[in-house]
Amino acid sequence: MAKRIDVSGLTAYYGSHKAIEDISMTVEPRSVTAFIGPSGCGKSTFLRTLNRMHEVTSGGRVEGKVLLDDEDLYGPGIDPVSVRREVGMVFQRPNPFPTMSIFDNVAAGLRLNGNYKKSELQDIVEKSLKGANLWNEVKDRLNKPGSGLSGGQQQRLCIARAIAVEPNVLLMDEPCSALDPISTLAIEDLIGELKERFTIVIVTHNMQQAARVSDRTAFFNLAAVGQPGKLIEIDDTERIFSNPSVQATEDYISGRFG
Amino acid sequence: MDISTQKTQASPPIPQPTDAEQKRAARGATRPGDRVFLALSRGSGIFLLVIMAAIAVFLTYRASLAISKDEANFLTAFEWNTGTIPPKFGIAVLVYGTIVSSIIAMVIAVPIAVAIALFITHYAPRKLGGPIAYVIDLLAAVPSIVYGLWGALILVPQMDGLFGWLDRYLGWTGIFSWDGGPARSMLTVGILLAIMILPIITNVSREVFRQVPQMQEEAALALGATRWEVIRMSVLPFGRSGVISASMLGLGRALGETMAVATVLSPDFDIHASLLNAGGGTFAQNIASKFGEASEFGRDALIASGLVLFVITLLVNGAARAIIARRKEYSGANA
Amino acid sequence: MSNAAIADKRPSTLQGARLPKWSPYAIAGGSVAVAIGIGLAAGLDSRVQWGLIAGLLFVFGTYVIAARVEGRRQAKDRIATSLVWVAFLLAVVPLVSLIWETVQRGVKVLDVYFLTHSMGVVADAEPGGGIYHAILGTLEQVGLATLIAAPVGVLTAIYLVEYGRGNLARSITFFVDVMTGIPSIVAGLFILSLMLMLEMQPFGFAGSLALAILMMPVVVRSTEEMLKLVPNELREASLALGVPKWRTILKVVVPTSIGGITTGIMLAVARITGETAPVLLLVFGNSFINANPFEGAQASLPLYIYQQWANSAGSPAAYDRAWAASLTLIAFVMLLNLVARGIARWKAPKTGR
Repeated sequence: MAKRIDVSGLTAYYGSHKAIEDISMTVEPRSVTAFIGPSGCGKSTFLRTLNRMHEVTSGGRVEGKVLLDDEDLYGPGIDPVSVRREVGMVFQRPNPFPTMSIFDNVAAGLRLNGNYKKSELQDIVEKSLKGANLWNEVKDRLNKPGSGLSGGQQQRLCIARAIAVEPNVLLMDEPCSALDPISTLAIEDLIGELKERFTIVIVTHNMQQAARVSDRTAFFNLAAVGQPGKLIEIDDTERIFSNPSVQATEDYISGRFG
Repeated sequence: MDISTQKTQASPPIPQPTDAEQKRAARGATRPGDRVFLALSRGSGIFLLVIMAAIAVFLTYRASLAISKDEANFLTAFEWNTGTIPPKFGIAVLVYGTIVSSIIAMVIAVPIAVAIALFITHYAPRKLGGPIAYVIDLLAAVPSIVYGLWGALILVPQMDGLFGWLDRYLGWTGIFSWDGGPARSMLTVGILLAIMILPIITNVSREVFRQVPQMQEEAALALGATRWEVIRMSVLPFGRSGVISASMLGLGRALGETMAVATVLSPDFDIHASLLNAGGGTFAQNIASKFGEASEFGRDALIASGLVLFVITLLVNGAARAIIARRKEYSGANA
Repeated sequence: MSNAAIADKRPSTLQGARLPKWSPYAIAGGSVAVAIGIGLAAGLDSRVQWGLIAGLLFVFGTYVIAARVEGRRQAKDRIATSLVWVAFLLAVVPLVSLIWETVQRGVKVLDVYFLTHSMGVVADAEPGGGIYHAILGTLEQVGLATLIAAPVGVLTAIYLVEYGRGNLARSITFFVDVMTGIPSIVAGLFILSLMLMLEMQPFGFAGSLALAILMMPVVVRSTEEMLKLVPNELREASLALGVPKWRTILKVVVPTSIGGITTGIMLAVARITGETAPVLLLVFGNSFINANPFEGAQASLPLYIYQQWANSAGSPAAYDRAWAASLTLIAFVMLLNLVARGIARWKAPKTGR
């Protein structure tokens, strides 16, 4: 199911403000690609262009191409709703639907996208919760509201909800930034397992995390505040953290700025 | 856990006095200026409480003067004869009319108001949202007597077509049968009330919908939800209690509306199955219409009916406030 | 296993068949045309019906066409969109009609003569006369009500925000909420019960008292909101300089939020200016000029509208006067609203928003 993402010449705007400029990269299937960079460098904006969530914000606008295998997400006649079904997303703060039960949260995407029998739904929900390493903790209270879980559990619930619809790509926007270290570790382990099945892109502020979970790392930077963010380089994570080809990357990684 | 603490930090600062301040305020400030000012402001607050108490006490007293002489059952009688000896009057017709007209108003206004609130927050082009909200505010500012005049002279003649149609196709139900008289009936009143309470329901719902956390909507979007599905999954569940309390506030207005009903309705003192034929009455309309010719005793009787209206609106508004208060706790803990 | 099940149940492509962008307009145009056709053919003379038919056709047509081309989910989305639009347009119709009719019918007799003469020598059904006495009465009644309600309301709000803790503040907050919901006619009945006991005849100030009761909670609420916007740092800075609390409130807190407080008071004034019911019970109305609000029945603008409508037995001249008075009243209320919002924008505290 996992698909390759090919981005070429992508520029994104907020109204007249150019947030990121001319980004091209390839994201390999069944791998974890991490985006790092200082605040405001546009890495989250770029992530949101990959499932057409950027245009949801007021004035959001995109130029360029994002190919999912061979199909351009911004091509004519493309339905953004279908795009978001194929490219799932996990957000910075866990956001389960507060009025739905744990079961309904996981089933929410499935119910939108087709008619499933009750037994089918139960199978998929169980499988997704197991996939998110949450099944054992919640199997006895599937009908309780999702908002009653701890922060880390809620985030794994959101991951279960995202993978339940079997997307081709899973985008994660700083998924651990609101979590404590133990929950963070649990999510990182989970990412390691999920990459067997999905193409994963993760934005993170935490460079150790990028080093731990990702196969490839992209470094974003901006010339000055108010300037558009740019992709400085993308390479194997090992190389980025040991011997990056651009000086700015090394400065950032060694903590000289940002 | 940590989420909720972050939330409280993010909410706007509410003045919290230090302990010392609180003690000072509690034992009365030390300086003469402080003491005078505190006395003035606290006195104003107490004055408000006194007014409320006085309203309850005086209305009850005058009402008891009338009800004690009432030879009919005040709650169930179908007549309002305060000038006869013995006087016979009851509020059954008024209870019925007030409730029916308000229900019609709610049935029409709530869905439309919710739709308009959604229109402003989620559908209208962003630049249009503000001006539209402003136009809705203007609707709220139009005095009710002007609505009444418009209702009586413009809306009533317009209703004939609709009434004829309803009578032709739904007349067999009895509720929609029409004798062809002027459309100065409960249904017209309900429609006019709906127009009048639309702004308040819209405004409160709009505020609630605007507070739906962005991340709730994005959660639905990221699953591949259409705009309507986002609204159904995230916006409406979040806003439900807010919409309910908004509707209750609107209901409170509709129950107590006087002039618009008094101008449009052609009243009598009976309960009619048909909503289309003239007749019936509401508390407020009855007071306004009967007041002119009423003797002192007649006025006391009207005060007695006003007391009932007062209690009903208190209950409705109290329920609305309670829902709002509960919602605050809820959103503070979970949003 | 279930992977395959999911794959089966969704389209393999990101491409959704979409209706062209202009299609809603086309469907809307089509429905209006068909509705007019039906209206003419069936001889329906009510425009309201035409509108209803057009609205129904639009919603139904959108659903059918979208379901054919785009699928059921998209069709539902479109139907929701069109329902929301229809609801909005539905709400605009009465507003436009109300403003249009009031202006169009009101300007007929609205002139300087109308504004400067009373109804003193004019019978209800005859043409002529004016609203001078009513404007005078309304200004006096509303002015006196504001003189009572504004200070009480602002001081109460100051108490609640700056001092209020504990049971007293809580019960005041609660009863202010309760007072907001009092129907205007009940406020009128309350003053009426006092007048019955004191055996008083109707006079202008009695109306002011009822209007003040309606105005106070509105002023308290809006002033409270404004005072809460004043950042605590300002208070602390002033207190730390050794300024007594009452002077801090008067010299720092209130001036910072004075724009918003004024706006709130003006909006409250606008609201009570249109109140008719209490005035009907307490002030009674008068065809002659009575400039003394403390003795004798007075006229009032909203009451004038009601009485022109009610006492004239369908005389066109009286209706014209009612519309002209309505136009005057709306213009006055709208002006108050506009000025109030202007002040709010102009004097907005820098911390606000």
